Amino acid sequence: MSGPSLMDSLFQRTLEDLIKGLRQQLIGEQAFISKALEEIRKEIKSTDLSTKSTALLKLSYLSSLHFHDMSFATFHALEVLSSPRFSHKKIAYHGISLSFHDSTPVLLLITNHLRKDLTSTNEFEVSLSLQCLSRIANVDLARDLTPEVFILLSSNKLYVRKKAIAVVLRVFEKYPDSVRVCFKRLVENLENSDPQILSAVVGVFCELACKDARSYLPLAPEFYKILVNSKNNWILIKVLKIFTKLASLEPRLAKRVVEPICDHMRRTGAKSLLFECVQTVVTSLSEYDSAVRLAVGKIREFLVDEDPNLKYLGLRALSIVAPKHLWAVSENKEVVIKSLSDADPNIKIGSLRLVMAMVSEHSVAEISRVLVNYALKSDPEFCNEILGSILSTCSRNLYEIIVDFDWYVSLLGEMSKIPHCQKGEEIENQLIDIGMRVKDVRPELVHVSRDLLIDPALLGNTFLHRVLSAAAWASGEYVEFSRNPLELMEALLQPRTCLLPPHIRAIYIQSAFKVLVFCLSTYLMQWGSTASSASPDNLRSGVSASVSYESFDNLSVENGADATVTRGQTYTSASITNESILNLLNLVELALGPLFESPDVEVQERARNVLGFIDLTKLELLNSSVQGEKDLERRGVECSKTIELMHDAFSKELGPVSLSAQGKVYLPDGLMLVENLVGMEMICADIEPPSSNLFSFGIPYEEKDGVSFSNLQIEADSEESNEATSLLAEHRKRHGLYYLPLGKSEIISNDYPPANDPTLQGNINDNADDLVKLTEESLVPKRKSNHAKPRPVVVKLDEVDAKPVGVKKAEYKDDSLSGAVRDFLYGMKDMVPTSSQSNLPGKASSKRKGKEKQHTDPHVETKGNLVDYGNPSSRRRKHRSHGKERKHRSAREKNAEEREDTGQKEKEKSSYCHGRHKSRQRAEEPLNVSAQTTVIPDFLL
Amino acid sequence: MIHFVLLISRQGKVRLIKWYSPYSQKERTKVIRELSGVILTRGPKLCNFVEWRGFKVVYKRYASLYFCMCIDQDDNELEILEIIHHYVEILDRYFGSVCELDLIFNFHKAYYILDEILIAGELQESSKKTVALLIAAQDSLVETAKEQAGSISNIIAQATK
Repeated sequence: MSGPSLMDSLFQRTLEDLIKGLRQQLIGEQAFISKALEEIRKEIKSTDLSTKSTALLKLSYLSSLHFHDMSFATFHALEVLSSPRFSHKKIAYHGISLSFHDSTPVLLLITNHLRKDLTSTNEFEVSLSLQCLSRIANVDLARDLTPEVFILLSSNKLYVRKKAIAVVLRVFEKYPDSVRVCFKRLVENLENSDPQILSAVVGVFCELACKDARSYLPLAPEFYKILVNSKNNWILIKVLKIFTKLASLEPRLAKRVVEPICDHMRRTGAKSLLFECVQTVVTSLSEYDSAVRLAVGKIREFLVDEDPNLKYLGLRALSIVAPKHLWAVSENKEVVIKSLSDADPNIKIGSLRLVMAMVSEHSVAEISRVLVNYALKSDPEFCNEILGSILSTCSRNLYEIIVDFDWYVSLLGEMSKIPHCQKGEEIENQLIDIGMRVKDVRPELVHVSRDLLIDPALLGNTFLHRVLSAAAWASGEYVEFSRNPLELMEALLQPRTCLLPPHIRAIYIQSAFKVLVFCLSTYLMQWGSTASSASPDNLRSGVSASVSYESFDNLSVENGADATVTRGQTYTSASITNESILNLLNLVELALGPLFESPDVEVQERARNVLGFIDLTKLELLNSSVQGEKDLERRGVECSKTIELMHDAFSKELGPVSLSAQGKVYLPDGLMLVENLVGMEMICADIEPPSSNLFSFGIPYEEKDGVSFSNLQIEADSEESNEATSLLAEHRKRHGLYYLPLGKSEIISNDYPPANDPTLQGNINDNADDLVKLTEESLVPKRKSNHAKPRPVVVKLDEVDAKPVGVKKAEYKDDSLSGAVRDFLYGMKDMVPTSSQSNLPGKASSKRKGKEKQHTDPHVETKGNLVDYGNPSSRRRKHRSHGKERKHRSAREKNAEEREDTGQKEKEKSSYCHGRHKSRQRAEEPLNVSAQTTVIPDFLL
Repeated sequence: MIHFVLLISRQGKVRLIKWYSPYSQKERTKVIRELSGVILTRGPKLCNFVEWRGFKVVYKRYASLYFCMCIDQDDNELEILEIIHHYVEILDRYFGSVCELDLIFNFHKAYYILDEILIAGELQESSKKTVALLIAAQDSLVETAKEQAGSISNIIAQATK
């Protein structure tokens, strides 16, 4: 390969040529770019720096706007950087800040270049290298260049100084130890009068305070001075942001700043500052009523403004106020609801959030009505946004705000019929969940389900399939509430069900099975009663069934909610005749016959089950009906037994399953657990127990198997076989759903029985205290006599349904940085801790005590605080790397020393630092006194 | 802080982009694709803020160019709008009623100007006059350097070295 010649450098394409060529697009963009890249690769190896830098500039262009990799040129960029010419440097720095990142191999080589330029006499070169450092700094660079940046922090060229201040933020982030060197100079700059410098410093503190505000509480007086004195909006906004963070930590500080902030709010003409004031008040000063009122007034101005920006921000501010001052939202209710039909989707979502914040027990029906109407009118995306928020709000905390479940279930039905509805899954879950938890709602649930099932048009909408599966399940499971089971059967077997995916179709078939069994048993019972058959089986079931039906009749009469009184037995017995049963059987056979060969195993199996059942019973049923009632006794006994058996099986109630239910299954006696189950683990690793179609089984015996199997696994866990443990851990990770929560099995407090444990079914009431389950008594009329319709019982599994304890928030995101800052700040004040700094629970009282003692005996308080200080420091020590150990020790040494004894400062502090420190100390003498007792008020006095 | 500044034309062409937070090359393309999809489709009379991946993007359209800045959740949107306007005014002064073509052909200068306004994702200079002076001073530095480098004798000296 030949190097670039003189001709090449003379006739090199400039950046402008490149851009022009690109725009002309004679040979297509990609082709042109790859040609240009080829040229650049050649040119960048040139020994002539001008050629090289032009190539680099072109490459930067292609990289930043056309996203071509320029990592191959990192070393060449460094070569250009070494050029003495400013123009070359500029290009090089631009290229470097564009392409360098933490793992760039040549990053190590740049340190000296940067150092040279940082100490340059040309302020623009210094500026370039600072600019670059702010972008590419890593730990090494930050550590190595800290001294240079430190010097620049007090440079007399303001232009350089403000940049150095801004860069300090990055240096701190990457190398927290630099805090010890630079922090004091940074703080000193807070007193600078130049607005640019001040703006830079405040900007840095604003960013730092975002990460860990508590460390910067001691600086509150400085910030307060700026808040009161500054006239510069840029600075004020940043200071307000800092106070937003600080005021929520220190109530007395909040008290101090609330007046100045209100002043700014009243006076300022700048919307940005006004908004920042409002935001500060609603976020951190929400206890100060007058301030909040003022802020809400301003928010109102925003809301009615023409400018969509202000409207949006107004809504956002309102949503911050909402949790604490709901009146603010209700006062602006009209504007908020009107914004639901705004042209801007962002504003619409904002107002939707607010509307949902207004929802309460009383208003939920009204608001949902309004929202569903909006959903009908709006575009699909927002429609689903609305539906989603209704669903999540209503289901919050186990349907806390829902009183009238009949209404809610019909609302769910209505929502699923909205054309754009895509929330099928959520609606499905809620329908089933409510069905299992709230007994009273089941008749309405079946009614709603029937309406959904019977509409053939809904089957075409794939988003609704999940809802339909829930409807099918509910109407099968609670078929006894159905007004017309035959009609239901037709709906379940209608031809368009072939549009359903197989797993939902399986649920349909299973439901059809349940309906069929129900019809047959009703039919038999009716025969039994008319023939006054003495068969003991029939008698018993007949009695119990009629009791339950009568009670439901009573219920509906009492409630007066249902116009159709002819329900239950009366209706059913009238409608189910010989003929209709025959029709029913034929219909089932006709519809399910083709599914015998279904490729989907679930569908096929269920279809075969149903058909097998029909085969078993049909013949005898037919005979019995032909030959009259006498024969029924003898010949139909067998088939009626089968039917009764199935009916019994299906009429066992399903309840919500507690997550800890598995733990209640006792270990069978004869079970041997010493054997190594590794082999089994391998085999079973990939077999998942059925989960999605949990409800499609009448009584999920499979579930029980799963339980004991899991138990085995858990026991095996304790076998300590290493291999098995790791395998188990893996399995657990993958199938965590089927495991008990770790370490929780012993502390199951609630006695709610495993939902599917038949032996416990009888005595639920005895052992479930907080879980009032509706049993037969609840259906007795007298219980239902109060007409005001109290909120029905929602079955809860307390220990499970309670929201898991929120993940503990990381207290300090950037532990080492804030730790260093604290050490410094508190070290600077000679380890006199401020009560506000503590974050131990017990300290709150001592704080208050401190306030009382404030004027009496500061020394006593000092002692107390010093003792207290041991705690946070040792705690912090635990969290941090051992590298910080040293600092802490020195900190505590200092702690032991006398305050005045500044002469024995740690060695790290260089002499100049020391001198300043002393003067600083004097300047802050009043601060120290106050810091012993209460921090802020005294500062500000 | 500002995480990045993006100038994008109505056709979705990137005219300038400056990153203040680390993004890999892959992320960069993705970010731009996503954002241009979100911002360019928004109508003219809507608000200038978009919530995006837990950040906020403030944008404003000047003629055919969209100026976008991505900021943190608790930053002040109106302040950012002012910064954008500040930048546009300075560009306008520098180029003399700036248009998209100016930025296309002087993309590096647009960067240099931005560098004088923002550093490390923060505003550093709120005075238009100061920025104009600073840029002019640096330009003259570059020009004198160029003159030296551009002379034929210099090139020959380089070549024969």
